[in-house]
Amino acid sequence: MLRIDALTKRFGDKTAVDAANIFVDKPTMIGIIGRSGAGKSTLLRMVNRLSDATSGTITFEGEEISALRGAAKRDWQSRCAMIFQQFNLVPRMDVVSNVLHGTLNKRSTFATLFNLYPQSDIHKAIEILDRLGIAEQAPKRAEALSGGQQQRVAIARALMQDPKIILADEPIASLDPMNAQVVMQALRRIHEEDGRMVIANLHTLDTARRYCDRVIGMRDGRIVFDGTPEQLTTGVARDIYGAGADFSEAATSTEIETLERPELRAAEAYV
Amino acid sequence: MADISLGGAAQSVGSIQSSYMAQVHRRRLYGGLTLLIFVVLMVSGFNVADDRNAGGFWEGLHQISDYPADVLSEAWEKRADLPGLVAKYFPALVETINIAAVSTLIGAIGGLFLSLLGTRGLAKWPRLIPLFRRISDIMRAVPEIVIALVLIFVLGGGPVPAMIAIAIHTAGALGKMFSEVAENADLKPVEGLASTGATWSQRMLLGVLPQVAPNYLSYSLLRFEINIRASAILGFVGAGGLGYELRNAMAWGPGRFDEAAAIFILLFGTIVFFDQVSSRYRNRLTEGQGQ
Repeated sequence: MLRIDALTKRFGDKTAVDAANIFVDKPTMIGIIGRSGAGKSTLLRMVNRLSDATSGTITFEGEEISALRGAAKRDWQSRCAMIFQQFNLVPRMDVVSNVLHGTLNKRSTFATLFNLYPQSDIHKAIEILDRLGIAEQAPKRAEALSGGQQQRVAIARALMQDPKIILADEPIASLDPMNAQVVMQALRRIHEEDGRMVIANLHTLDTARRYCDRVIGMRDGRIVFDGTPEQLTTGVARDIYGAGADFSEAATSTEIETLERPELRAAEAYV
Repeated sequence: MADISLGGAAQSVGSIQSSYMAQVHRRRLYGGLTLLIFVVLMVSGFNVADDRNAGGFWEGLHQISDYPADVLSEAWEKRADLPGLVAKYFPALVETINIAAVSTLIGAIGGLFLSLLGTRGLAKWPRLIPLFRRISDIMRAVPEIVIALVLIFVLGGGPVPAMIAIAIHTAGALGKMFSEVAENADLKPVEGLASTGATWSQRMLLGVLPQVAPNYLSYSLLRFEINIRASAILGFVGAGGLGYELRNAMAWGPGRFDEAAAIFILLFGTIVFFDQVSSRYRNRLTEGQGQ
């Protein structure tokens, strides 16, 4: 389905992504992990075509994505939804309008200007919101919602696009553990129920381990690990993060469960 | 998407959908009404203006190009004289640019003080904020040409009244723009400096100016462009520079249209030149800020 070949991005003399190769043959939930600055966001932004690659190609179902221009590029973007760390909603517009933005690629500027969305789209938007458990928030302004709710609105906007791929750039990095869990479960459910490919940048190991079928580790722009969560041992994780022997997974954890593990609680008691 | 996973809440979804649809219909109705009122006002306003017009808009429309055609044809006949005329009026152009530059500089300094004294959180005397704001309102409310006419009456014709007139208007206009930028400035550095016992001017100089300097410079450059045009226009009321020469050339009517054309070329070229230069610098300033 998705093939990324020798994809490279340079900013001046700095190489953000260095000859990345990824092949995905069926819809999978993929987690990309690595330190900040490892090139995870740049990689996703290139797949969505928010930024152009310096060299290399992205191919999806036989179509070369990295060569698309203009309307064809925007059409690809409508098939490849993106979720951001800071949600990137329009704060002063209501929740349903924000979700309806997922259909902008199919609408003219004139129709958008006068808010002329078809009734079926509006109903569908509210159904998606209901699926994510936030239908009651529909008429509120996006800025009035909590972070976790806003991120679910962003996921609803992504679903409204009816995409083949959902890219999530640090979707839970600015959320508290409880909301992070809700958002990750929503992404997992979308993957399982709709069969959509989900690629998520994650900054915590246990999230990747728990929700993803496949984990890709990046360090300094290179892909240094690509395998199943089981293959991701503590030693491999240390390599990815470039950490010493004092590296512990619990230190990077945002999961509630981790803290509830009895042996950890006992260990904490001694600290 | 057919897969609504939580069937239990279906009824409430239905009511949310219908209430939201009602809201959408109401909004569309208001939007349509607003658009209708706008169109009606535009059309009726145009008709009223057209009725009161001495000549009438539609009758005059086809004559719009007559005057430029006269100027251009005469200038084309005497095209050999143009370089000489351009050289002849170049000193007047320098005078115009001088007026604009000096008045922008003085106006920007005035606007800087007005903005810092009139911004909440930064003002030295918070109680006087309304006073400084009204001063800057008044300074920019009075058109340059009115101030210039008064000053020319008092001081006599020449570049100095024009310079003062433009500087006053610039100080008011930039004071407003500057204070909007300053309102968004981060107050934490100012607080940090205050905690070390810095005076008000030290706090402004070190805490606020570094943050706002790129925007201030960018606005000042924009104002400089505007002031070149303003100082050319003020020439029409006897304030010297290129506008004065242009008025003379145009007032003489046919026979001196070549001079008018030369002045137009100078004025147009200068405005384009400074537009380009300042937009390049403004781009660099705002882009540099983003990094």
